[in-house]
Amino acid sequence: MLEMKNLSLTLEGDKGPVEILKDINIVFKDRLLYVFTGPNGGGKSSLAKVIMGIYKPTAGKILFNGKDITGLGVTERARLGIGYAFQQPPRFKGLTVGELLQLALGKDKAMKECSLLYDVGLCPQDYLEREVDISLSGGELKRIEIASLLARELKLAVYDEPEAGIDLWSFSRLTETFQNYHRMHDTTIVLISHQERILSLADEIILVADGMIKEQGSRDVVWPLIMEDACCNCRDACSEGNEEIVQCHR
Amino acid sequence: MFNAIDKHMLQTVAGMHDIPRGAYNIRKNGVGISRNTTANIEIKTKEDKPGIDIIVKPGTKDESIHIPVILTAEGLEDLVYNTFDIGEGADVLIVAGCGIHNPGDASARHDGIHNFIVRKGARVRYVEKHYGEGNGQGQKILNPKTIVEMEEYAYAEMELVQISGVDNTKRDTEARLHKNAHLFITERMLTDGVQLAESRILVELVGQDSSVRIVSRSVGRDNSRQVFYPRVVGLNRCRGHVQCDSIIMHQAQISSTPEIAANHAEAQLIHEAAIGKIAGEQLIKLMSMGLSESEAEETILKGFLK
Repeated sequence: MLEMKNLSLTLEGDKGPVEILKDINIVFKDRLLYVFTGPNGGGKSSLAKVIMGIYKPTAGKILFNGKDITGLGVTERARLGIGYAFQQPPRFKGLTVGELLQLALGKDKAMKECSLLYDVGLCPQDYLEREVDISLSGGELKRIEIASLLARELKLAVYDEPEAGIDLWSFSRLTETFQNYHRMHDTTIVLISHQERILSLADEIILVADGMIKEQGSRDVVWPLIMEDACCNCRDACSEGNEEIVQCHR
Repeated sequence: MFNAIDKHMLQTVAGMHDIPRGAYNIRKNGVGISRNTTANIEIKTKEDKPGIDIIVKPGTKDESIHIPVILTAEGLEDLVYNTFDIGEGADVLIVAGCGIHNPGDASARHDGIHNFIVRKGARVRYVEKHYGEGNGQGQKILNPKTIVEMEEYAYAEMELVQISGVDNTKRDTEARLHKNAHLFITERMLTDGVQLAESRILVELVGQDSSVRIVSRSVGRDNSRQVFYPRVVGLNRCRGHVQCDSIIMHQAQISSTPEIAANHAEAQLIHEAAIGKIAGEQLIKLMSMGLSESEAEETILKGFLK
């Protein structure tokens, strides 16, 4: 359904151009759940932003259901059914939670903000009239962000670290919620995450590091590779809680 | 009695779809054209100068007073003095908008000078909306001056809104708060084109445990200019908070100078001011929900000025 071909991204940094993504090739299939994982700064969020159209790739193509969407902006892609939940959602002075969700639902839809909020673990009575401003905690804001994606009938939903700031007890229920919602609309899901619990939900895990796709495959194949790579060799030499100065010789 | 333009202006500045319930005084092109008083609210024409006295009897509850002013001719200069005497323990809503529909090339101007006495324990909510329109070159000028005296335990909320179309405004607001009086001022301002807006506020916290909160939000577009100068002076044990927040766009210029002064060791005063453009993340978030860039911008500004 979504295909990225030889995609590269170079952004202007303080010290000149920085190559963020290098020759990315991925094909997403309908209705599957993908998880991007990998070290910080490896390019996961950038890849998500390229999918949403927030970043324009420097080279390569993006096809959506066979149509070349490389040149389309954020609004056009949203209208095609692509959605993106921010890692750090912006706040809006004066805009209420209810109004934001109404915008996500679209003008013609019947109101169902209540059930959306309920499903992300927020009491509608307490939140519909509240402003999406600094008065909300990070966790509350993330839940509202997730609700703003659930509100839409998406073909592709990208969640950037949805669990960040949300307590893990609630989060296991939340993952079920967005799986259920997206099953209703046959949505393909991409989750960016480091959580083992989320990785275990994946149909496919994509390991992104150094701006490249290092591994891609079913969780049974990729998970052992990640564990092997992610565990630092220091583990043998260093002990937890040791008061002596620990030096890593890796 | 009202033509289509009058009705449109009255609805915009005072939310009036029809003749309001309760007390009212409607002024058009420099003369009062319609008035109603109630058992508890008296409205009298001043004898020494243009304007009215509005007297609310002590203990009056849940009544409203609409005193909209509309100007629909060019070349008019309307100066009016209104005095509000809100009796002890009363609780009322006052809606005082001014709309100018200037069809010609000469200026139309309304200077409203409002004097308030909010007596002991009284509560007032005051809403003032300013709006201008018209196809000619004529300027729409509004220079309101509001002076508020708040007695012990009085409470007032003042909502000062300039919606759009006012070419030139100089707004002056002064308040003196006595013991345990509380005042909450919210100001909303939008300027565009080459409009000029200046707002000065001076609140003196005279009495013990009096408090004031001033929240000013503005949007400056095109080549417009805005100047904000809210000041709070603490003369007793008191609390004051001034917050100015502006969104700047295009080639607009905004100057924001909140000032606090304490003349008492137990005065607690805070000021904050911020000017900035719309955050890119906000636009992208709304666009990623299918809004166009201009729809996203409109949504953000509408919320901000709400």
